[in-house]
Amino acid sequence: MLRQLRAALGVGVVTEPPAPASEIEALGVTLRGEIARLFGRSLHIRQVDAGSCNGCEIEISGLTGPHYDLERFGLHFVASPRHADCLLVTGPVTRNMAEALRRTWEATPDPKLVIAVGDCSRDGGIFAGSYAIAGGVADVIPVDAVILGCPPSPKALLAGLLDAMGRLRQ
Amino acid sequence: MIHDLLIAAAQALAIAALAPLVVGFTRRLKARLVGRRGPSPWQPYADLRKLFAKEVVVSENASWVFRATPYVLFAVMLVAAAVVPVLVARPAPAFAGNLILVMYLFLLGTFFLALAGLDTASAFGGMGSSREVAISALAEPTVILSVFALALRSGTIDLGGIVERLGAEPRLAANPAHLLAFGAFFIVMLAETGRLPVDNPATHLELTMIHEAMVLEYSGRYLALVEWASAMKLTLFMTLLANLFLPWGLPGGLTVAAMAGGLVALVVKLAALALLLALVETSVAKLRLFRVPELLAGSFALALLSVAAVFLVR
Amino acid sequence: MSRVAYSVAAALGALAAMIGISGLLGDTWVVTVPWAVPLGGLQLSMDRLAGFFVALIGFATIPVSLYAIGYAGDDRRGALPYVGFVIAMCAVPLAANVMTFAVAWELMALASYLLVVQKATNGTATHPGAPAADGSESHDASPHAGGRHAHDAAEATGAAWTYAVMAHAGFVCLLAGMLLLSAWSGSTRFADWRDTELTPLARDAVFVLLALGFASKAGVIPLHVWLPLAHPAAPSHVSALMSGVMIKLGVYGLFRVSLEWIGPAPAWWGVAILVAGTISAVVGVLYALVEHDLKRLLAFHSIENVGIILIGLGAGVLFLESGLGTLAVLGIAAALYHTANHAAFKGLLFLGAGAVVRSTGTRNMEVMGGLVKRMPWTAAMFLLGAVAISALPPLNGFVSEWLTFQALLQSLQVPHTGIGLVFVGGMAGLALTGGLAMACFVKAFGVTFLALPRSEAARSAVEAPGWMRLGMALLAFACVALGLGPTIVVPVLGLVAGDLTGEVTPLWFGDWLRLDVPGDFASLSTFAIAIALLVAGIVPLVVLRARGLTRRRVYETWGCGRLLQTSRMQYTATAFASPFRRIFDFLYQPAHALHVEAHPESRFFVDAIRYVHETRAVAEDWLYHPLSQALHDVTERIRGVQSGSTNVYLVYILAALVLMLVLG
Repeated sequence: MLRQLRAALGVGVVTEPPAPASEIEALGVTLRGEIARLFGRSLHIRQVDAGSCNGCEIEISGLTGPHYDLERFGLHFVASPRHADCLLVTGPVTRNMAEALRRTWEATPDPKLVIAVGDCSRDGGIFAGSYAIAGGVADVIPVDAVILGCPPSPKALLAGLLDAMGRLRQ
Repeated sequence: MIHDLLIAAAQALAIAALAPLVVGFTRRLKARLVGRRGPSPWQPYADLRKLFAKEVVVSENASWVFRATPYVLFAVMLVAAAVVPVLVARPAPAFAGNLILVMYLFLLGTFFLALAGLDTASAFGGMGSSREVAISALAEPTVILSVFALALRSGTIDLGGIVERLGAEPRLAANPAHLLAFGAFFIVMLAETGRLPVDNPATHLELTMIHEAMVLEYSGRYLALVEWASAMKLTLFMTLLANLFLPWGLPGGLTVAAMAGGLVALVVKLAALALLLALVETSVAKLRLFRVPELLAGSFALALLSVAAVFLVR
Repeated sequence: MSRVAYSVAAALGALAAMIGISGLLGDTWVVTVPWAVPLGGLQLSMDRLAGFFVALIGFATIPVSLYAIGYAGDDRRGALPYVGFVIAMCAVPLAANVMTFAVAWELMALASYLLVVQKATNGTATHPGAPAADGSESHDASPHAGGRHAHDAAEATGAAWTYAVMAHAGFVCLLAGMLLLSAWSGSTRFADWRDTELTPLARDAVFVLLALGFASKAGVIPLHVWLPLAHPAAPSHVSALMSGVMIKLGVYGLFRVSLEWIGPAPAWWGVAILVAGTISAVVGVLYALVEHDLKRLLAFHSIENVGIILIGLGAGVLFLESGLGTLAVLGIAAALYHTANHAAFKGLLFLGAGAVVRSTGTRNMEVMGGLVKRMPWTAAMFLLGAVAISALPPLNGFVSEWLTFQALLQSLQVPHTGIGLVFVGGMAGLALTGGLAMACFVKAFGVTFLALPRSEAARSAVEAPGWMRLGMALLAFACVALGLGPTIVVPVLGLVAGDLTGEVTPLWFGDWLRLDVPGDFASLSTFAIAIALLVAGIVPLVVLRARGLTRRRVYETWGCGRLLQTSRMQYTATAFASPFRRIFDFLYQPAHALHVEAHPESRFFVDAIRYVHETRAVAEDWLYHPLSQALHDVTERIRGVQSGSTNVYLVYILAALVLMLVLG
């Protein structure tokens, strides 16, 4: 126990300052003012895998580690859409996940943001046109912003999320 | 009478106002210990403010029990805060009951929260309820025995009396039996407030959840009340630990200056306990659910030893 | 006809309540009718303790009888035994000599036996299609299932049989003890026993006999086996009286024995009572946790609550022995308070369970659910009873458990270390019991009333009729009144305890708002707590309303996006109790059995899985089963004597004559 603690304290803080660049493609971010007022300091995220190859998930899970540490901005991953302000949807939406995604969106209390992550989430990406796919995320639920990349780097994700919260603009 | 009510309100407000900070500070410390920068200690206030403004989504299966529970939970914590020694050793509303009252007030909160977990017909909710009631039932004997150990040593069963006696005679606390009782109560605190190694407050995996599983269905202002109440429960347990086991700096008088001094002492002690909590939480792994009874049995044994030690030396 | 009988019973209850209250407040009288029964005549006498129990019986009988008017409907069976049951119960605490007591006690046992066995003769009186109207109850999921009445009848007969055997075994102990005491003291009047000088051994022997007899009626573990069988088998209003009041008469006897008839008690009596109480409390609630028959669950809780009462009594006896009279009064008053409280909340819960069973046709919790929306009244009453019995503030169960805790905590004034450790055990046991009872009633209320209905019977349940709701509402009111008014009740109970202990100094200070108990600074004000909880709950509600934060949307339960939500997905009672079953498996000694039927072509295609996980009753397995087996073996052997041949019997007579001549 002591050895662990000594190691932790010896290494110190490894978190880097946030990236300024934003690779976000805003689709229809309405209510921008209200969102900034409400979510300026606290945004709880529910991640939904709607059929992704899990490339985006790997990058997303990198956000919670010491290096990027998204919690320092008031961002936090939660376990239930009831607790969430923001759905972070990855992947092309497969037919089997379309209804589940819709229900997740319904289960999230207003006001809420939907951020689609990855190239597939915009239009199906390389899976576009497949019989197994219902389309991009926007074909199923209203999307507020898309973070592009295949997969987007954690830096890009963080910048996109902060942008959506209204922190980078201010 | 007005004076008494003011003290009660001051104590309840102090706990309600400090609770998010205690949680935020602990999170910050834990983040720092794993090399992260971590959220601001004030983050929980922003979370609460946001949640209060949000919409509530209620399950169609839920009844009025589900909707009443957040208010019950919040009221329970406020009343408990008015009764125990927080800012002064002997708050006037303490006439309404003693430690037994506080124990059973917490049980009242658990009772309703567990019912709310069952109310939405979700498998997760039922699972959380079942685990939560099991753990809090097993923790009860330790609570009573560890405080009885203190009572035996200070010759009174009154919380205010214990605080005054130990404050006046610090040598009573310089005793291994005192440390045993402290350890027992600390373990109970971990179990009752859902901290590691009993329950992981940051988990996202439903099957490992206890507290979190019960509140999966809550949203908006209901969730805010529930989360605030659990922060207050943690703060109350830490306050009890601070003021019963390290009762220094707690004023006997009821002047405003004395109470301000009490507040400062309380904040210092809470910070120290938060550090201890963060150290424990970063250095132990979560126990398997069916190992938790062994941990609680261990804490019971500590409390019993502490009581027996008093019996043996008298 | 039955309505008349139940109305008469309610009126009798009101009369008993008035007489009891006057006795409780200090009225004493003696009535003697010499010709009515042999050996001393019928003799009734009133003192404070008797007044307390008569008032308790009276106050419990009124709402239960009103409920019965709605519950039994036109069903005439059981109405007369019910009235007899009430009268006999009132007579027990008033009995002033052995014969009166024996007659009243047996009458009570007989009447309750008839009420338990009632359903054994049920089969023909039922109208098909109206399963609920006859007040009959069964384990079956579907109320119309064939063979239900046969099953009911078999269950009722078995339960009644066990009950009769246990009641009489207890009665034999009582009679033996009382007759020994009468022989030694030269009087069958209870009042004369107090002044009799007895050797310690004789007193211990009498105590053991009487305590065993009374404890078997009270359902103290391990003498409890009849209780979880008889209570569910009886109609619910009878269960309410049996559990709320009748078993309390066993407790009444323990009060008299340990404090009055052959007192002052040595320390080991107090230790025995306290330890037996602690074991009953903990083991009773543990069995209740794994029970999924709603009425059996409540029956096990009766065992638990009798245990809590005995913890208070045991503490009182020990304090008295240590010369701490004021604390003895505290313990005994706590026990008396819990006695009254248990009658209120357990009566309420049994009546609520009866309403549920009548509406759904089953006692099995696993097929209930969702009743809070279909029976909102009953649900609210049951929830109030559940909060009260779980000893949660500010209702009545909390007050008496708080008092019991104070009595136990004050043991720091007892100088003897061994006795101190017994108190510590009681304290830990009581705390564990409180937590487990809370857990158990989360299960009982949550699985029965909340979430989705688990069967068609539960889906089509309807609210109970007006009379039944009236009965429940009266008992609910009693729970609230006893919870908020300890400042009025406790001083009166202190007088009763003062009579028993000979402690006369006034002990209860404080005013209308706060209750101070003897000892340092311990005080309680449930009234203030109730007001504070109310205010603290309403303030956030009002603040949120005022700021317009009231947006609410109804949507389905979050199930990770799955398409279907059925009642099969919610937690069952078995699942809920599963952690307890694993944690306490040393007590339950569970038996596992797993049968998998696979397809003949491949074992990976499973046709059916049957999993049995049963808890066993340790007392039955280890105590009663060997006992009844031994009894059976002995009688089997003795049967050889009865050959049926006249010649052999003539030899017996001759042998008996010779033996008498030789010995004479």
